[in-house]
Amino acid sequence: MTTSLLTTEVAKQINEHLPGAVVETTDAAILVNGNSLLDVADFFKNTAGLDFDYLTTITAVDYYQYFEVIYLFVSMEHNHSLVVKARCSRENPSLPSLVSLWRSADHQEREIYDLMGITFEGHPNMKRIVLWPEFQGHPLRKDYL
Amino acid sequence: MQLRTEPFVLNIGPVHPSTHGVFRMRATLDGEVVVDLEPVFGYLHRGIEKLAEERTYSGVIPLTDRLDYVASITNNLAYVLAVEKLAGITVPERAEYIRVITSEMQRIAAHLVSVGSFLNDAGAYFTPFLYMYRERENIVDLFDMLCGQRLLYSYMRIGGVSQDLPDEFLPALRKFIPHMRSRINEYDWLLKENEILLARAKGVGILPRETAISIGASGPVLRGCGVKWDLRKADPYSIYDRFEFDIPTGIQGDCYDRYRVRVEEMRQSLRILEQAVEQIPAGEIRGDVPQLVRPPAGEAYAHVEGPTGEVGFHVVSDGSIAPYRCHIRAPSLMNLTALKDMIVGWKVQDLILIFGSFAITMGEVDR
Repeated sequence: MTTSLLTTEVAKQINEHLPGAVVETTDAAILVNGNSLLDVADFFKNTAGLDFDYLTTITAVDYYQYFEVIYLFVSMEHNHSLVVKARCSRENPSLPSLVSLWRSADHQEREIYDLMGITFEGHPNMKRIVLWPEFQGHPLRKDYL
Repeated sequence: MQLRTEPFVLNIGPVHPSTHGVFRMRATLDGEVVVDLEPVFGYLHRGIEKLAEERTYSGVIPLTDRLDYVASITNNLAYVLAVEKLAGITVPERAEYIRVITSEMQRIAAHLVSVGSFLNDAGAYFTPFLYMYRERENIVDLFDMLCGQRLLYSYMRIGGVSQDLPDEFLPALRKFIPHMRSRINEYDWLLKENEILLARAKGVGILPRETAISIGASGPVLRGCGVKWDLRKADPYSIYDRFEFDIPTGIQGDCYDRYRVRVEEMRQSLRILEQAVEQIPAGEIRGDVPQLVRPPAGEAYAHVEGPTGEVGFHVVSDGSIAPYRCHIRAPSLMNLTALKDMIVGWKVQDLILIFGSFAITMGEVDR
């Protein structure tokens, strides 16, 4: 059984290494500061005991005031998982890309850019994936249509 | 003297018999060798995630059929598991068994299509394909008996399944298991050490283990690289922890390993079916679930091991009758991340074979 790591404990570990990175901790997920997302992700991948080698899913939700991007990390070695969230504003929808750490972010971030309109800084190929290049707008946003 | 040729751009697809749907690859060739490749997605994009936001929770089930349309049962299952997790619904024991039985039947059916079309791509035109489809027909007939559908079943319901097994179903399934096993043995005997298949597939299109994990590959593509990761064992959902089966893995992650993993998985699915048919209890097939499900505000992610890999649904609820957001994790899309790395350096005919060994379904890639 894949165990979900205790968010409070991981949040404590993050705070020791990267003070100020954690914004909020709930039972289900850790909300991190968008600017330190890449550092947190790097910490997840390269810390013994966490060893998140598998980035399963990235998805984004439009909450009108802000966008929330949800990451599901899994460690195949320890068989544990963790949900991490990051928010970005509607005016400046941008977050750091995780492609440099996990290539599985490649298509998924492009898809979020395409359908939700969030730009991922540092992505090597940030362009539309399922819609055609001339398409206007981002259909999964709640204000589309 | 070294011969140099001008780079030549070859457009493959979107409509091409070996693209398994509508997929386009823009390959740059130097002579016969591929030097660059750009996959182009989206020809089958129907906006299923957006459509799901304006339907009731039960109304989304038919949409999930249309993702991986050769394996609609496992898509149904992943979605209803996510909604059940969100709403805290428990499923009766008999329904759990029916879910496992149908999922494993679906896995065999989907792998038959994958193996058949892979051999088609390898140049064994239509002979293996025909026989694989002949065997698949038995499974489709069983599904027809079960829910009156042959391809898009929409059989799962939130809290159970749509209808109970008809009386003639279990005897027919009992007869089918040994029949299918002998057929797999026969085809495997013909193909396993077939010299042409070995020459075409062995050592071709190698996906290194580290790359496979990094790109988030799952299913036979990941296991073909020697990674023992199957959600039925790693994170057992439904009642998979009650059955005995093995996880077949490959050695070096080439096209042949992926093919072998699929064949072995069919055998393991038959083992699960055998146990499930013996253990299935009588009882209810649907929990006490209202017609209009209103999960409390929150979010849940559920995943299943589909024939192509980890099918996951991330469902967000705002307490209304329709999902606020429904994200689909499509294994085929992730598996294709390293397509370019695997194909560059190989010849055009290998390109077709390597691409075929992924056994993708475009309905799932584009959604």
